[in-house]
Amino acid sequence: MISVRNLVRTFGEIVAVGDISFEVAEGEIFAFLGPNGAGKTTTIKMLTTLLRPTSGTVEIDGLDPTVRQHEARQRFGIVFQDPSVDDELTAYENMDFHGILYKLPRKLRVERIERLLRLFELWERRNDTVKHFSGGMRRRLEIARGLLHTPKILFLDEPTLGLDPQTRNQLWNHVRTLNQEERITVFLTTHYMEEAERVAHRIAIIDHGNIIAVGTAKELKERTGTETLEDAFLSLTGSRIREEAGSSLQQMRTMSRMWGRKR
Amino acid sequence: MNAVYVLWLRQLKRYFRSRSRMVGSLGQPLLFLVALGFGFGPIYQRAGQGNYLQFLAPGVIGMTILFSAVFSGIELIWDRHFGFLKETLVAPVPRIMIMIGRTLGGASVAMIQGLIVVGICLVAGFRPVSYATLPHALLCMALLAVMFTALGTAIASILGDFQGFQLVMNFLVMPMFFLSGALFPLNSVPRALRIVASLDPLAYGVDGMRAALTGVPAHFGWAADIGVLSAAAVFLVVLGSYLFSRVEV
Repeated sequence: MISVRNLVRTFGEIVAVGDISFEVAEGEIFAFLGPNGAGKTTTIKMLTTLLRPTSGTVEIDGLDPTVRQHEARQRFGIVFQDPSVDDELTAYENMDFHGILYKLPRKLRVERIERLLRLFELWERRNDTVKHFSGGMRRRLEIARGLLHTPKILFLDEPTLGLDPQTRNQLWNHVRTLNQEERITVFLTTHYMEEAERVAHRIAIIDHGNIIAVGTAKELKERTGTETLEDAFLSLTGSRIREEAGSSLQQMRTMSRMWGRKR
Repeated sequence: MNAVYVLWLRQLKRYFRSRSRMVGSLGQPLLFLVALGFGFGPIYQRAGQGNYLQFLAPGVIGMTILFSAVFSGIELIWDRHFGFLKETLVAPVPRIMIMIGRTLGGASVAMIQGLIVVGICLVAGFRPVSYATLPHALLCMALLAVMFTALGTAIASILGDFQGFQLVMNFLVMPMFFLSGALFPLNSVPRALRIVASLDPLAYGVDGMRAALTGVPAHFGWAADIGVLSAAAVFLVVLGSYLFSRVEV
Protein backbone atom coordinates (compact mmCIF):
# COMPACT_ATOMS: atom_id res chain seq x y z
CA MET A 1 0.00 0.00 0.00
CA ILE A 2 2.91 2.30 0.80
CA SER A 3 6.26 1.66 -0.79
CA VAL A 4 9.29 3.84 -0.13
CA ARG A 5 12.66 3.36 -1.81
CA ASN A 6 15.87 5.26 -1.07
CA LEU A 7 13.96 8.32 0.04
CA VAL A 8 16.13 11.37 0.80
CA ARG A 9 15.23 14.89 1.82
CA THR A 10 17.75 17.58 2.56
CA PHE A 11 17.24 21.19 3.63
CA GLY A 12 20.39 22.93 2.45
CA GLU A 13 23.21 21.28 4.38
CA ILE A 14 20.91 19.48 6.78
CA VAL A 15 19.89 15.92 5.95
CA ALA A 16 16.40 15.48 7.42
CA VAL A 17 15.78 12.07 5.87
CA GLY A 18 18.75 10.14 4.52
CA ASP A 19 18.03 7.18 2.29
CA ILE A 20 15.18 5.27 3.88
CA SER A 21 13.27 2.35 2.38
CA PHE A 22 10.27 0.44 3.74
CA GLU A 23 7.01 -1.19 2.73
CA VAL A 24 3.63 -1.02 4.44
CA ALA A 25 1.18 -3.76 3.47
CA GLU A 26 -2.52 -3.25 2.88
CA GLY A 27 -4.49 -3.40 6.14
CA GLU A 28 -1.40 -3.01 8.27
CA ILE A 29 -0.94 -0.62 11.19
CA PHE A 30 2.59 0.68 10.88
CA ALA A 31 4.20 2.83 13.57
CA PHE A 32 7.07 5.21 13.00
CA LEU A 33 8.98 5.88 16.21
CA GLY A 34 11.89 8.19 16.73
CA PRO A 35 13.26 10.96 18.93
CA ASN A 36 12.41 14.60 18.24
CA GLY A 37 13.89 15.76 14.96
CA ALA A 38 14.52 12.21 13.72
CA GLY A 39 12.69 12.82 10.44
CA LYS A 40 9.22 11.44 11.20
CA THR A 41 7.20 14.46 10.18
CA THR A 42 9.41 15.12 7.14
CA THR A 43 8.73 11.56 5.99
CA ILE A 44 4.98 11.95 6.47
CA LYS A 45 5.05 15.21 4.51
CA MET A 46 6.79 13.49 1.61
CA LEU A 47 4.30 10.62 1.68
CA THR A 48 1.37 13.05 1.68
CA THR A 49 2.45 15.34 -1.21
CA LEU A 50 3.30 18.28 1.06
CA LEU A 51 7.03 18.06 0.42
CA ARG A 52 8.96 16.95 -2.61
CA PRO A 53 11.65 14.34 -1.99
CA THR A 54 15.22 15.34 -2.84
CA SER A 55 15.64 11.86 -4.32
CA GLY A 56 14.14 8.40 -4.10
CA THR A 57 10.65 7.15 -4.88
CA VAL A 58 7.35 6.91 -3.03
CA GLU A 59 4.30 4.90 -4.03
CA ILE A 60 0.90 5.40 -2.45
CA ASP A 61 -1.47 2.64 -3.55
CA GLY A 62 0.67 2.24 -6.66
CA LEU A 63 0.71 5.97 -7.45
CA ASP A 64 3.68 8.33 -7.41
CA PRO A 65 2.44 11.30 -5.33
CA THR A 66 4.84 13.71 -7.06
CA VAL A 67 3.33 12.92 -10.45
CA ARG A 68 -0.29 11.93 -9.87
CA GLN A 69 -0.75 14.28 -6.96
CA HIS A 70 -4.53 14.65 -6.86
CA GLU A 71 -5.23 10.95 -7.36
CA ALA A 72 -2.82 10.13 -4.55
CA ARG A 73 -4.51 12.71 -2.33
CA GLN A 74 -7.91 11.05 -2.80
CA ARG A 75 -6.45 7.86 -1.41
CA PHE A 76 -5.25 8.99 1.98
CA GLY A 77 -6.57 10.88 4.98
CA ILE A 78 -4.28 12.70 7.35
CA VAL A 79 -4.35 13.97 10.92
CA PHE A 80 -1.60 16.54 11.39
CA GLN A 81 0.55 17.06 14.43
CA ASP A 82 -0.89 20.58 14.87
CA PRO A 83 -4.62 21.21 14.71
CA SER A 84 -6.10 21.85 11.28
CA VAL A 85 -9.82 22.07 12.00
CA ASP A 86 -11.38 25.51 11.83
CA ASP A 87 -12.24 26.83 15.30
CA GLU A 88 -14.94 29.21 14.16
CA LEU A 89 -16.82 26.57 12.18
CA THR A 90 -19.07 23.88 13.61
CA ALA A 91 -18.09 20.23 13.57
CA TYR A 92 -20.60 19.64 10.81
CA GLU A 93 -19.30 22.51 8.68
CA ASN A 94 -15.73 21.27 9.05
CA MET A 95 -16.85 17.87 7.78
CA ASP A 96 -19.03 19.33 5.04
CA PHE A 97 -16.27 21.57 3.69
CA HIS A 98 -13.91 18.64 3.62
CA GLY A 99 -16.46 16.62 1.67
CA ILE A 100 -16.84 19.43 -0.87
CA LEU A 101 -13.07 19.80 -1.26
CA TYR A 102 -12.85 16.06 -1.97
CA LYS A 103 -15.80 16.30 -4.40
CA LEU A 104 -18.11 13.89 -2.59
CA PRO A 105 -21.62 14.00 -4.06
CA ARG A 106 -24.07 15.67 -1.71
CA LYS A 107 -26.09 12.59 -0.80
CA LEU A 108 -23.04 10.49 -0.01
CA ARG A 109 -21.54 13.39 1.92
CA VAL A 110 -24.57 13.76 4.17
CA GLU A 111 -24.67 10.01 4.83
CA ARG A 112 -21.00 9.61 5.59
CA ILE A 113 -20.79 12.69 7.79
CA GLU A 114 -23.59 11.37 9.97
CA ARG A 115 -22.07 7.92 10.12
CA LEU A 116 -18.61 9.16 11.07
CA LEU A 117 -19.78 11.77 13.56
CA ARG A 118 -21.88 9.08 15.26
CA LEU A 119 -18.97 6.66 15.23
CA PHE A 120 -16.71 9.22 16.89
CA GLU A 121 -19.45 10.27 19.32
CA LEU A 122 -19.66 13.82 18.02
CA TRP A 123 -23.10 13.73 16.42
CA GLU A 124 -24.86 15.38 19.37
CA ARG A 125 -22.39 18.27 19.21
CA ARG A 126 -22.35 18.63 15.43
CA ASN A 127 -23.70 22.18 15.46
CA ASP A 128 -21.31 23.54 18.09
CA THR A 129 -18.35 25.59 16.96
CA VAL A 130 -15.11 23.69 17.38
CA LYS A 131 -13.62 26.31 19.72
CA HIS A 132 -15.89 24.95 22.44
CA PHE A 133 -14.53 21.41 21.99
CA SER A 134 -12.04 19.67 24.29
CA GLY A 135 -8.69 18.49 22.96
CA GLY A 136 -9.93 14.93 22.60
CA MET A 137 -13.06 15.96 20.73
CA ARG A 138 -10.99 18.01 18.30
CA ARG A 139 -8.75 15.04 17.65
CA ARG A 140 -11.72 12.78 17.07
CA LEU A 141 -13.17 15.32 14.67
CA GLU A 142 -9.89 15.48 12.75
CA ILE A 143 -9.81 11.70 12.41
CA ALA A 144 -13.46 11.55 11.40
CA ARG A 145 -12.78 14.23 8.81
CA GLY A 146 -9.72 12.41 7.51
CA LEU A 147 -11.90 9.34 6.89
CA LEU A 148 -14.76 11.15 5.18
CA HIS A 149 -13.60 10.55 1.60
CA THR A 150 -13.10 6.80 2.31
CA PRO A 151 -9.31 6.82 2.02
CA LYS A 152 -7.34 3.60 1.85
CA ILE A 153 -4.60 4.94 4.08
CA LEU A 154 -4.83 7.02 7.23
CA PHE A 155 -1.77 9.01 8.33
CA LEU A 156 -1.68 9.99 12.00
CA ASP A 157 1.15 12.31 13.06
CA GLU A 158 1.39 12.15 16.86
CA PRO A 159 -2.39 12.08 17.21
CA THR A 160 -2.41 11.58 20.97
CA LEU A 161 -0.03 14.37 21.92
CA GLY A 162 -1.37 16.28 24.91
CA LEU A 163 -4.38 14.02 25.49
CA ASP A 164 -5.26 12.29 28.76
CA PRO A 165 -4.94 8.49 29.07
CA GLN A 166 -8.69 7.87 28.78
CA THR A 167 -8.95 9.85 25.57
CA ARG A 168 -5.83 8.22 24.16
CA ASN A 169 -7.18 4.79 24.93
CA GLN A 170 -10.51 5.55 23.29
CA LEU A 171 -8.83 7.05 20.26
CA TRP A 172 -6.70 3.97 19.63
CA ASN A 173 -9.74 1.75 20.06
CA HIS A 174 -11.39 3.69 17.27
CA VAL A 175 -8.33 3.33 15.07
CA ARG A 176 -8.16 -0.41 15.66
CA THR A 177 -11.84 -0.83 14.93
CA LEU A 178 -11.50 1.04 11.66
CA ASN A 179 -8.48 -1.00 10.73
CA GLN A 180 -10.27 -4.27 11.41
CA GLU A 181 -13.66 -3.42 9.96
CA GLU A 182 -12.75 -1.28 6.96
CA ARG A 183 -9.27 -2.66 6.30
CA ILE A 184 -7.77 0.84 6.41
CA THR A 185 -3.99 0.92 6.36
CA VAL A 186 -2.69 3.13 9.17
CA PHE A 187 0.66 4.90 9.25
CA LEU A 188 1.27 6.58 12.59
CA THR A 189 3.95 8.33 14.57
CA THR A 190 3.94 8.63 18.34
CA HIS A 191 6.20 9.19 21.31
CA TYR A 192 4.25 6.79 23.51
CA MET A 193 5.88 3.37 23.23
CA GLU A 194 3.08 1.47 24.92
CA GLU A 195 0.64 2.84 22.33
CA ALA A 196 2.81 1.70 19.47
CA GLU A 197 3.18 -1.72 21.06
CA ARG A 198 -0.55 -2.03 21.61
CA VAL A 199 -1.86 -0.97 18.21
CA ALA A 200 0.89 -1.38 15.63
CA HIS A 201 1.50 -4.60 13.72
CA ARG A 202 4.99 -3.46 12.82
CA ILE A 203 7.25 -0.70 14.08
CA ALA A 204 10.08 1.19 12.39
CA ILE A 205 12.57 3.11 14.49
CA ILE A 206 14.06 6.15 12.81
CA ASP A 207 16.92 8.25 14.11
CA HIS A 208 19.02 10.99 12.48
CA GLY A 209 17.04 10.47 9.28
CA ASN A 210 17.77 6.74 9.00
CA ILE A 211 15.69 3.68 9.78
CA ILE A 212 17.68 1.69 12.29
CA ALA A 213 15.25 -1.15 12.92
CA VAL A 214 11.96 -2.53 11.56
CA GLY A 215 9.90 -5.34 13.00
CA THR A 216 7.15 -6.33 15.39
CA ALA A 217 7.44 -5.08 18.96
CA LYS A 218 8.42 -8.61 19.96
CA GLU A 219 11.17 -8.81 17.36
CA LEU A 220 12.60 -5.46 18.39
CA LYS A 221 12.70 -6.53 22.05
CA GLU A 222 14.32 -9.85 21.19
CA ARG A 223 16.87 -8.20 18.96
CA THR A 224 17.99 -5.80 21.67
CA GLY A 225 17.54 -8.29 24.50
CA THR A 226 15.28 -5.93 26.42
CA GLU A 227 12.08 -6.35 28.41
CA THR A 228 10.03 -3.42 27.16
CA LEU A 229 9.72 -1.58 23.87
CA GLU A 230 10.83 1.58 25.64
CA ASP A 231 14.10 -0.08 26.63
CA ALA A 232 14.51 -1.44 23.12
CA PHE A 233 13.95 2.07 21.76
CA LEU A 234 16.50 3.59 24.13
CA SER A 235 19.03 0.87 23.41
CA LEU A 236 18.67 1.54 19.67
CA THR A 237 18.60 5.33 19.72
CA GLY A 238 20.71 6.04 22.82
CA SER A 239 19.50 7.96 25.85
CA ARG A 240 20.96 11.33 24.96
CA ILE A 241 18.34 14.07 24.90
CA ARG A 242 17.71 15.70 21.52
CA GLU A 243 17.51 19.43 21.57
CA GLU A 244 14.65 20.59 19.48
CA ALA A 245 15.70 23.77 17.72
CA GLY A 246 14.05 26.89 19.15
CA SER A 247 12.47 27.47 15.78
CA SER A 248 9.79 30.01 15.07
CA LEU A 249 7.38 27.13 14.64
CA GLN A 250 8.07 26.07 18.22
CA GLN A 251 7.42 29.62 19.38
CA MET A 252 4.16 29.70 17.50
CA ARG A 253 3.22 26.36 19.02
CA THR A 254 3.69 27.88 22.45
CA MET A 255 1.60 30.84 21.41
CA SER A 256 -1.03 28.52 20.06
CA ARG A 257 -1.23 26.64 23.33
CA MET A 258 -1.59 29.89 25.24
CA TRP A 259 -4.03 31.69 22.98
CA GLY A 260 -5.13 29.30 20.26
CA ARG A 261 -8.15 27.91 21.98
CA LYS A 262 -9.61 31.29 22.79
CA ARG A 263 -8.72 32.99 19.56
CA MET B 1 -14.78 25.84 -8.45
CA ASN B 2 -16.26 24.20 -5.38
CA ALA B 3 -13.00 24.78 -3.54
CA VAL B 4 -13.16 28.50 -4.30
CA TYR B 5 -16.70 28.61 -2.95
CA VAL B 6 -15.84 26.71 0.22
CA LEU B 7 -12.85 28.91 1.03
CA TRP B 8 -14.82 32.07 0.34
CA LEU B 9 -17.77 30.90 2.43
CA ARG B 10 -15.46 29.95 5.27
CA GLN B 11 -13.94 33.45 5.47
CA LEU B 12 -17.40 35.03 5.56
CA LYS B 13 -18.68 32.64 8.22
CA ARG B 14 -15.63 33.30 10.34
CA TYR B 15 -16.11 37.03 9.93
CA PHE B 16 -19.76 37.08 10.89
CA ARG B 17 -19.14 34.82 13.87
CA SER B 18 -16.34 36.77 15.49
CA ARG B 19 -18.10 39.95 16.51
CA SER B 20 -15.13 41.16 18.53
CA ARG B 21 -13.10 41.26 15.35
CA MET B 22 -15.82 43.09 13.50
CA VAL B 23 -16.32 45.72 16.20
CA GLY B 24 -12.60 45.97 16.98
CA SER B 25 -11.61 46.73 13.43
CA LEU B 26 -14.22 49.49 13.19
CA GLY B 27 -12.79 51.33 16.20
CA GLN B 28 -9.85 52.74 14.29
CA PRO B 29 -11.77 54.29 11.38
CA LEU B 30 -14.29 55.71 13.82
CA LEU B 31 -11.48 57.31 15.81
CA PHE B 32 -9.91 58.83 12.70
CA LEU B 33 -13.23 60.13 11.52
CA VAL B 34 -14.19 61.69 14.83
CA ALA B 35 -10.80 62.92 16.08
CA LEU B 36 -9.41 64.14 12.76
CA GLY B 37 -12.68 64.95 11.03
CA PHE B 38 -14.05 67.09 13.78
CA GLY B 39 -10.65 68.08 15.24
CA PHE B 40 -9.11 69.48 12.06
CA GLY B 41 -12.42 70.46 10.49
CA PRO B 42 -12.45 74.09 11.69
CA ILE B 43 -8.81 74.73 10.64
CA TYR B 44 -9.43 73.19 7.24
CA GLN B 45 -12.48 75.35 6.82
CA ARG B 46 -10.58 78.50 7.84
CA ALA B 47 -7.87 77.66 5.30
CA GLY B 48 -10.56 77.96 2.69
CA GLN B 49 -10.61 74.28 1.72
CA GLY B 50 -14.22 73.57 2.63
CA ASN B 51 -15.61 70.69 4.67
CA TYR B 52 -12.84 68.41 5.98
CA LEU B 53 -15.20 65.54 6.78
CA GLN B 54 -16.21 65.44 3.10
CA PHE B 55 -12.54 65.26 2.21
CA LEU B 56 -11.54 62.75 4.89
CA ALA B 57 -14.35 60.16 4.54
CA PRO B 58 -13.03 58.48 1.35
CA GLY B 59 -9.59 58.30 2.98
CA VAL B 60 -10.96 56.55 6.04
CA ILE B 61 -12.92 54.12 3.87
CA GLY B 62 -9.71 53.34 1.99
CA MET B 63 -7.83 52.86 5.25
CA THR B 64 -10.44 50.40 6.51
CA ILE B 65 -10.12 48.31 3.38
CA LEU B 66 -6.31 48.46 3.49
CA PHE B 67 -6.03 47.20 7.06
CA SER B 68 -8.81 44.66 6.84
CA ALA B 69 -7.54 43.16 3.58
CA VAL B 70 -3.86 43.02 4.53
CA PHE B 71 -4.84 41.43 7.82
CA SER B 72 -6.94 38.76 6.09
CA GLY B 73 -4.00 37.92 3.88
CA ILE B 74 -1.54 37.82 6.75
CA GLU B 75 -3.78 35.45 8.70
CA LEU B 76 -2.31 32.86 6.37
CA ILE B 77 0.76 32.72 8.63
CA TRP B 78 -1.31 31.38 11.48
CA ASP B 79 -3.52 29.28 9.31
CA ARG B 80 -0.56 27.58 7.77
CA HIS B 81 0.59 25.97 11.01
CA PHE B 82 -2.50 25.86 13.21
CA GLY B 83 -5.44 26.10 10.94
CA PHE B 84 -7.46 25.08 8.03
CA LEU B 85 -4.78 25.80 5.39
CA LYS B 86 -2.97 22.48 5.74
CA GLU B 87 -6.26 20.69 5.31
CA THR B 88 -6.79 22.49 2.01
CA LEU B 89 -3.21 21.93 0.84
CA VAL B 90 -3.53 18.12 1.00
CA ALA B 91 -6.96 18.17 -0.64
CA PRO B 92 -7.14 17.21 -4.32
CA VAL B 93 -7.54 20.84 -5.33
CA PRO B 94 -5.11 22.98 -7.37
CA ARG B 95 -3.33 25.61 -5.31
CA ILE B 96 -4.44 28.40 -7.56
CA MET B 97 -8.06 27.65 -6.58
CA ILE B 98 -7.13 27.90 -2.92
CA MET B 99 -5.44 31.24 -3.59
CA ILE B 100 -8.46 32.55 -5.51
CA GLY B 101 -10.89 31.40 -2.82
CA ARG B 102 -8.86 32.93 -0.02
CA THR B 103 -8.38 36.19 -1.90
CA LEU B 104 -12.07 36.51 -2.74
CA GLY B 105 -12.98 35.67 0.86
CA GLY B 106 -10.57 38.20 2.34
CA ALA B 107 -11.59 40.83 -0.21
CA SER B 108 -15.30 40.28 0.52
CA VAL B 109 -14.71 40.75 4.23
CA ALA B 110 -12.70 43.93 3.57
CA MET B 111 -15.46 45.15 1.27
CA ILE B 112 -18.11 44.58 3.94
CA GLN B 113 -15.98 46.43 6.48
CA GLY B 114 -15.59 49.26 3.97
CA LEU B 115 -19.35 49.43 3.43
CA ILE B 116 -19.97 49.56 7.18
CA VAL B 117 -17.56 52.50 7.37
CA VAL B 118 -19.41 54.19 4.51
CA GLY B 119 -22.48 53.90 6.74
CA ILE B 120 -20.60 55.36 9.72
CA CYS B 121 -19.40 58.25 7.54
CA LEU B 122 -22.98 58.97 6.52
CA VAL B 123 -24.04 59.02 10.16
CA ALA B 124 -21.15 61.37 10.98
CA GLY B 125 -22.40 63.84 8.40
CA PHE B 126 -20.68 62.84 5.18
CA ARG B 127 -22.85 63.49 2.11
CA PRO B 128 -21.97 62.17 -1.35
CA VAL B 129 -22.72 64.78 -4.01
CA SER B 130 -24.39 62.22 -6.22
CA TYR B 131 -25.44 58.61 -5.87
CA ALA B 132 -25.09 58.13 -9.62
CA THR B 133 -21.32 57.84 -9.28
CA LEU B 134 -21.56 55.40 -6.37
CA PRO B 135 -20.69 52.40 -8.60
CA HIS B 136 -17.40 54.15 -9.42
CA ALA B 137 -16.56 54.35 -5.75
CA LEU B 138 -17.55 50.71 -5.22
CA LEU B 139 -15.28 49.67 -8.07
CA CYS B 140 -12.34 51.47 -6.42
CA MET B 141 -13.17 49.78 -3.11
CA ALA B 142 -13.35 46.33 -4.71
CA LEU B 143 -10.04 46.75 -6.50
CA LEU B 144 -8.37 47.91 -3.29
CA ALA B 145 -9.86 44.97 -1.38
CA VAL B 146 -8.58 42.41 -3.89
CA MET B 147 -5.10 43.89 -4.26
CA PHE B 148 -4.43 44.29 -0.55
CA THR B 149 -5.66 40.79 0.30
CA ALA B 150 -3.28 39.46 -2.34
CA LEU B 151 -0.52 41.67 -0.92
CA GLY B 152 -1.16 40.24 2.56
CA THR B 153 -0.98 36.71 1.15
CA ALA B 154 2.28 37.54 -0.63
CA ILE B 155 3.76 38.95 2.59
CA ALA B 156 2.59 35.97 4.65
CA SER B 157 4.07 33.58 2.09
CA ILE B 158 7.48 35.20 2.48
CA LEU B 159 7.44 35.81 6.23
CA GLY B 160 6.55 32.36 7.50
CA ASP B 161 6.13 33.61 11.08
CA PHE B 162 5.12 36.70 13.01
CA GLN B 163 8.67 37.96 13.64
CA GLY B 164 8.56 40.34 10.71
CA PHE B 165 4.99 41.45 11.24
CA GLN B 166 5.85 44.77 12.95
CA LEU B 167 8.33 45.52 10.20
CA VAL B 168 5.65 45.10 7.58
CA MET B 169 3.14 47.17 9.53
CA ASN B 170 5.52 50.06 10.20
CA PHE B 171 7.43 50.16 6.95
CA LEU B 172 4.79 49.14 4.44
CA VAL B 173 1.20 49.30 5.61
CA MET B 174 1.31 52.46 7.76
CA PRO B 175 3.33 54.47 5.19
CA MET B 176 0.93 53.35 2.48
CA PHE B 177 -1.88 54.82 4.51
CA PHE B 178 -0.25 58.05 5.70
CA LEU B 179 1.37 58.91 2.36
CA SER B 180 -1.70 58.15 0.27
CA GLY B 181 -3.33 61.54 0.56
CA ALA B 182 -6.09 59.99 2.65
CA LEU B 183 -5.65 62.73 5.25
CA PHE B 184 -4.45 65.73 3.20
CA PRO B 185 -4.82 67.03 -0.37
CA LEU B 186 -1.95 66.00 -2.63
CA ASN B 187 -1.98 68.99 -4.97
CA SER B 188 -0.19 71.37 -2.62
CA VAL B 189 2.31 69.06 -0.85
CA PRO B 190 6.10 69.13 -1.57
CA ARG B 191 7.13 67.48 -4.78
CA ALA B 192 8.99 64.59 -3.09
CA LEU B 193 5.88 63.62 -1.16
CA ARG B 194 3.81 63.85 -4.31
CA ILE B 195 6.15 61.45 -6.08
CA VAL B 196 6.00 59.00 -3.19
CA ALA B 197 2.20 59.19 -3.20
CA SER B 198 2.14 58.49 -6.92
CA LEU B 199 3.82 55.14 -6.17
CA ASP B 200 1.22 54.21 -3.56
CA PRO B 201 -1.73 52.21 -4.94
CA LEU B 202 -3.95 53.33 -2.06
CA ALA B 203 -3.51 56.94 -3.26
CA TYR B 204 -5.25 56.08 -6.53
CA GLY B 205 -8.06 54.29 -4.71
CA VAL B 206 -8.69 57.17 -2.36
CA ASP B 207 -8.42 59.65 -5.21
CA GLY B 208 -10.92 57.71 -7.30
CA MET B 209 -13.40 57.38 -4.44
CA ARG B 210 -13.05 61.03 -3.57
CA ALA B 211 -13.72 62.08 -7.14
CA ALA B 212 -16.71 59.77 -7.38
CA LEU B 213 -18.27 60.65 -4.04
CA THR B 214 -17.48 64.33 -3.53
CA GLY B 215 -17.33 65.58 -7.11
CA VAL B 216 -13.89 67.20 -6.83
CA PRO B 217 -11.67 66.64 -9.88
CA ALA B 218 -9.42 63.60 -9.45
CA HIS B 219 -5.80 64.45 -8.63
CA PHE B 220 -4.42 61.75 -10.92
CA GLY B 221 -7.40 61.70 -13.27
CA TRP B 222 -10.21 59.15 -13.21
CA ALA B 223 -8.79 57.01 -16.01
CA ALA B 224 -5.37 56.91 -14.36
CA ASP B 225 -6.97 55.92 -11.05
CA ILE B 226 -8.81 52.94 -12.49
CA GLY B 227 -5.92 52.00 -14.76
CA VAL B 228 -3.35 51.95 -11.96
CA LEU B 229 -5.71 50.20 -9.54
CA SER B 230 -6.50 47.46 -12.06
CA ALA B 231 -2.86 46.99 -13.00
CA ALA B 232 -1.79 46.87 -9.34
CA ALA B 233 -4.55 44.38 -8.53
CA VAL B 234 -3.51 42.06 -11.36
CA PHE B 235 0.16 42.37 -10.48
CA LEU B 236 -0.38 41.65 -6.77
CA VAL B 237 -2.72 38.72 -7.41
CA VAL B 238 -0.14 37.17 -9.75
CA LEU B 239 2.69 37.86 -7.30
CA GLY B 240 0.64 36.51 -4.38
CA SER B 241 -0.31 33.37 -6.33
CA TYR B 242 3.30 32.76 -7.29
CA LEU B 243 4.60 33.16 -3.74
CA PHE B 244 1.72 31.16 -2.31
CA SER B 245 2.41 28.33 -4.77
CA ARG B 246 5.85 27.99 -3.18
CA VAL B 247 4.59 27.82 0.41
CA GLU B 248 5.52 24.63 2.20
CA VAL B 249 3.95 23.60 5.47
